[in-house]
Amino acid sequence: MSDIEDRVRKKVVEHLGVEEDKVTENASFIDDLGADSLDTVELVMAFEEEFGIEIPDDAAESIQTFGDAVTFIKANS
Amino acid sequence: MFDLTGKCALVTGASGGIGAEIARVLHSQGAVVGLSGTREDPLTALAADLGDRAHVLPCNLSDADAVNALPKQAVEAMGSVDILINNAGITRDNLFMRMSEDEWADVINVNLTSAFRLSKGVLRGMMKARWGRIVNISSIVGATGNPGQGNYAASKAGMVGMGKSLAYEVASRNITVNTVAPGFIATPMTDKLTDDQKSKIDDQIPAGRMGTPGEIAAACAYLASEEAAYVTGATIHVNGGMAML
Repeated sequence: MSDIEDRVRKKVVEHLGVEEDKVTENASFIDDLGADSLDTVELVMAFEEEFGIEIPDDAAESIQTFGDAVTFIKANS
Repeated sequence: MFDLTGKCALVTGASGGIGAEIARVLHSQGAVVGLSGTREDPLTALAADLGDRAHVLPCNLSDADAVNALPKQAVEAMGSVDILINNAGITRDNLFMRMSEDEWADVINVNLTSAFRLSKGVLRGMMKARWGRIVNISSIVGATGNPGQGNYAASKAGMVGMGKSLAYEVASRNITVNTVAPGFIATPMTDKLTDDQKSKIDDQIPAGRMGTPGEIAAACAYLASEEAAYVTGATIHVNGGMAML
């Protein structure tokens, strides 16, 4: 497991209060992890801070699953 | 009145009569204030008068880039923005049939769009802090309409609808969004009216007089306070009974 994956998972667990093993590649923040739309905005903010990157609004909208987040951050950090 | 110690408030239009008084009252309740406005001189004078806990943050609200940069500048100066007072406004009155596209767009841009941009800009910090207060200064004419002010009334009614929508979205984060709608308020602008004009205005107001900037500022101090935590999406009309809404 990569370091980025670990850090993203930690942020998701912290923000959504879910069990670590629920945060799988295809887990959707909203459908599987109980996030509402505002939670997803906050998650993106948390990723931006954790990785020191900027995630533009259109990219943020495409980040729906844990895997999406990891892929985006790997490509942009 | 209400203790705002430790809170940082950004007030737009702080060079005007009502905005300056809002800043003054929030400051007197212990808040750090960021004074924004187009004209720097009155802001500097107000800051000097207030002493500590006052920062001058000039900004031309018709310039999108400047508006988008303002929340960041405010955070750099004050440490955070816990309270945003969208007070700045302009008028470009004209009869509807004579109103130009520019007159329409300028008023919507400064009064409504800048409130949208600033609210968006301060939300990140408020969401993280799980605390925030946004107060939009609307106007009685946003609810009643006024001949010659189609653009202004639209912008002021727009603030109400925008504020309510945002209030829904962020209520769970302890961020409230409310509106204060002043009626006729005595300012340097209304001082220029003749006594005859003034008495005609007073005749329409059940209270029999114009309001004071302090009476608007007091409503803002309440909405910015901890005590108002359960008030969101509301409009407080401060108009001496001129329109009972």
